[in-house]
Amino acid sequence: MSSENAQEFRRAALGLLARAPAARLAELLDALPAHELLRAPEIGTVMLRGRAGGTGAAFNLGEMTVTRASIRLDSGAVGHGYVQGRDRTHALRAALIDAMGQDDPAGVEQRILAPLRAEEAARRAETARDAAKTRVEFFTLVRGEDE
Amino acid sequence: MYVAVKGGERAIDAAHDWLDRARRGPAAQAVLDTDQIRDQLAIGVARVMAEGSLYDPDLAALAIKQARGDLIEAIFLIRAYRTTLPRFGAALPVETEAMRVKRRVSATFKDAPGGQILGPTFDYTHRLLDFRLMADGELDRDDTDGTPPDPGAMPCVDAPAKPALPHILDFLNRDDLIEAAAPDEAVPGDLTREPMELPAERPLRLQALARGDEGFLLGLAYSTQRGYARNHAFVGELRIGTVAVEMDIPELGFAIEIGEVELTECETVNQFKGSRTEPAQFTRGYGLTFGQTERKAISMALVDRALRWAELGEDDQGAPAQDQEFVLSHCDNIQATGFLEHIKLPHYVDFQAELELVRRLRASVEDPAQEGAE
Repeated sequence: MSSENAQEFRRAALGLLARAPAARLAELLDALPAHELLRAPEIGTVMLRGRAGGTGAAFNLGEMTVTRASIRLDSGAVGHGYVQGRDRTHALRAALIDAMGQDDPAGVEQRILAPLRAEEAARRAETARDAAKTRVEFFTLVRGEDE
Repeated sequence: MYVAVKGGERAIDAAHDWLDRARRGPAAQAVLDTDQIRDQLAIGVARVMAEGSLYDPDLAALAIKQARGDLIEAIFLIRAYRTTLPRFGAALPVETEAMRVKRRVSATFKDAPGGQILGPTFDYTHRLLDFRLMADGELDRDDTDGTPPDPGAMPCVDAPAKPALPHILDFLNRDDLIEAAAPDEAVPGDLTREPMELPAERPLRLQALARGDEGFLLGLAYSTQRGYARNHAFVGELRIGTVAVEMDIPELGFAIEIGEVELTECETVNQFKGSRTEPAQFTRGYGLTFGQTERKAISMALVDRALRWAELGEDDQGAPAQDQEFVLSHCDNIQATGFLEHIKLPHYVDFQAELELVRRLRASVEDPAQEGAE
């Protein structure tokens, strides 16, 4: 994998891991591989921003809770996890999978990322389907004035 | 002035003990689960997150349970908890154009590209109490309505991560019919870090409004509709859905998504401005809030627009919604309730002084001779 591809792989994987339910990650990575904690899981906040008018000047919207962790595997690979919420094991698993993905991207993709991606797509499709059912189909009554 | 008062300790302990029991309710009843609050009282949870200025549905549900459903008390708990957490940094501004919408309506364009999507709305309900909810709480759940899923509506796994649903006001913008909302990369001020100074720029005002009290902003917004700084707002677009939160991570050296949040965004199209030299253009108001909170987002947009009178060259009509000192100093319900509720706490010495004064004034009226003799 080129370094550009490797970065894109990590970026996409970390996003997927952050959005996944913590309980599901625990199922997919039950036993944790041996690791050294570089930064023990830590709970904090991140300030979210919006833009006036959707596209204009940035403003501070409010914070959200975030948990982060950093680890090193025995292989030397260093992983970082940043996930929404206050679940320490979620951040730890995200960091571990980030590091595991640097050693064995194909294995991590097959074992963890592919199922997460499919489940997320299914969740989103369900919401999209519910939304689509509430789409308004306007019709106009013919008033005959143009004839 | 306050004075140390001792002797209330036992009474306070007993009061808090009673509070705990009152919160729990009859022991024969099932205890309320915070997951149930999060999922079944989601609109209340959204309000606590928006005004608590902290997006975390689980914490907001806990706060509502602890506060016995008193949402302002719950917001207070969230604000207090937030101060205990370190801040890791700021996210990149959210891209609301890439929102995965569950609701998106426009009051200005019937046939907006992308369509009008009603979502889970109270609109068009008859506001009649539904006694079925009291009987057993169960509704008919028939998710299979017979129609097979439309394959076109099923995003495939390889679909681009960021679907774009253009903002409806872009169509006006394209023809210069509405003022532009040009990107500005300046770092916005943060009223949770620096005390707000007035007059405040629009980004700071928007932050204050986003965490402001829904009822207060609703009343002010309504006042603009009734003529106190009328600005003829149309809801150009109202959308509710989830957006990705992306942040630059220093240890990685690139930005990643760290989660997603549900937001409500309201863009209003307002009364135009123009002159002999400048062609007329509509103006904008903007509201953006956590969760499904559309009454708040619409109120925020109307008040935002009213506060912009000076930059748009409008007259100061002396209306409350135009007065940023009035609006921004009073929209925070935690500041307001803190000052309001403190007057019920012991003020014995202040009151003794006042009592003494009134007695002397009365005595002087009853016996003027005595007053003169003094």
